[in-house]
Amino acid sequence: MQIIFRHVEDGERIVAASEGDNLMRVAQANGIDGIPGDCGGQCACGTCHVYIDPAWAERIGNVEPGSMEEAMILGAPVDARPNSRLACQIDLTAIHDGLIVDVPEGQ
Amino acid sequence: MQQVMEATDALDVSHPQLYREDSWRPLFARLRAEHPVYYCPESRSGPYWSISRYADIIRVDTDPLSFSSSHLHGGVTIEDRVAASFMQMDPPVHTQKRRNVTAVVAPKSLAQMEGLIRDRAGKVLDALPRNEEFDWVEQVSIELTSMMLATLFAYPVEQRHKLVHWSNVLTADLDDPDSPVRSEEERQAGLQDFYLTMMELWQRRQKEPQSYDIISLLAHDDGVRSASFDEICALFGLFLVGGNDTTRNSMSGGAWGFSQFPDEWRKLKADPALAGNAAAEIIRYQTPVIYQRRTATCDVVVGGEKISAGDKVVMWYISGNRDESVFPDADLLRVDRPNARQHISFGMGPHRCLGARLAEMQLRILWEEVLARDLNVEILAPPTYAFSNLVRSPLNLRARING
Repeated sequence: MQIIFRHVEDGERIVAASEGDNLMRVAQANGIDGIPGDCGGQCACGTCHVYIDPAWAERIGNVEPGSMEEAMILGAPVDARPNSRLACQIDLTAIHDGLIVDVPEGQ
Repeated sequence: MQQVMEATDALDVSHPQLYREDSWRPLFARLRAEHPVYYCPESRSGPYWSISRYADIIRVDTDPLSFSSSHLHGGVTIEDRVAASFMQMDPPVHTQKRRNVTAVVAPKSLAQMEGLIRDRAGKVLDALPRNEEFDWVEQVSIELTSMMLATLFAYPVEQRHKLVHWSNVLTADLDDPDSPVRSEEERQAGLQDFYLTMMELWQRRQKEPQSYDIISLLAHDDGVRSASFDEICALFGLFLVGGNDTTRNSMSGGAWGFSQFPDEWRKLKADPALAGNAAAEIIRYQTPVIYQRRTATCDVVVGGEKISAGDKVVMWYISGNRDESVFPDADLLRVDRPNARQHISFGMGPHRCLGARLAEMQLRILWEEVLARDLNVEILAPPTYAFSNLVRSPLNLRARING
């Protein structure tokens, strides 16, 4: 499957991923800048914040109502929007093939 | 009974003398191994829970519903304090108020600052004496961070020593024999000058077009403008300490660390691209903020121990950063440590340090500029640390540049 990362300065990057991969790890393994993920994927630091393309946000859902942790951490980035997610909290399945992710300008 | 008391005394890690003497390591090693979630029934600040393992600290730090930062419960220090900036608030109010000020350290602002920081770091290093002893803390750490702070506050840079003094007053431990103030009243009196100075600047900035300094951003933000005098003062205080002590202490801690692990300096010299990771590792190794406190809002179990509503809970960042299950050879500085960025010095969760990226940038640039000049910095003696359980602050560091 493919994931598309878009960045204001670096443009668009299409990378290959597999089911079961984690979105943050896919970004890091492919050298996508702007997703430092300081805490290593524990939903604790808010530095793997990304925007899910609006067309996709509906399909894969926003922060799940039960996911209080992610909602709390998303309070931290200055530029959180309704389609914000923490990449570390997205494990890829078949429905994510072709997912478009916008990387914030800096975090 | 006496034995019980002794055992209790032994595991009270809140005493500032432990940090003054830099003798905290074995106590925390014992806590992590034997009592990772430990109730200390008696201390100079009353009873409190010690959270010492990395995973448990993250558990507490990322659960603001169960563990409150609110000033209404006493805030984020072991001794109750009344200051009420967003740091001493819980979501959702915290979230909104924090957002109001994040622009100060937004990527755009940081990019604008980088050149200035590099220029200043270079000038400070070039002005240091050669083959002659000097104090790294005073002439490098304080010099650079106070200039940065003056810039962030758009405060006259030639009066930056005042900012350092106010920051010292704000963080002083009242039991410290060298404390500039002896009581809370004296502390507040000592800070009046700071608050009035900042308020005056704040009012002036309201009439000027917005610029990128903190005061200007706060002056043009509707949410902040409608805040109470006390809240605005608390905000100034938060930026004062957050923007000053922490980075200062990591600049000192890095110099000390490299002197203890000269191979790591050689490693960095051979591969300067490690400077960013080295900055994160120095922040882990130093842990400039020793702990943060929360108050349990409900009965809650952590690490198998039942914490009751109303209990004080202390997350010892200094211990989480030494947790061997996360950081092997945790007492060693390793510039290429693969998970250095996972350190807990900035906290985790919604209160995570707002200035993290600025701090990392300042540290990275300092060491890049030392490298660029190929300075041979020798540290002549271990530092003396502040008498404080909150800030791990080297007070002096005798140094010499050879060559």
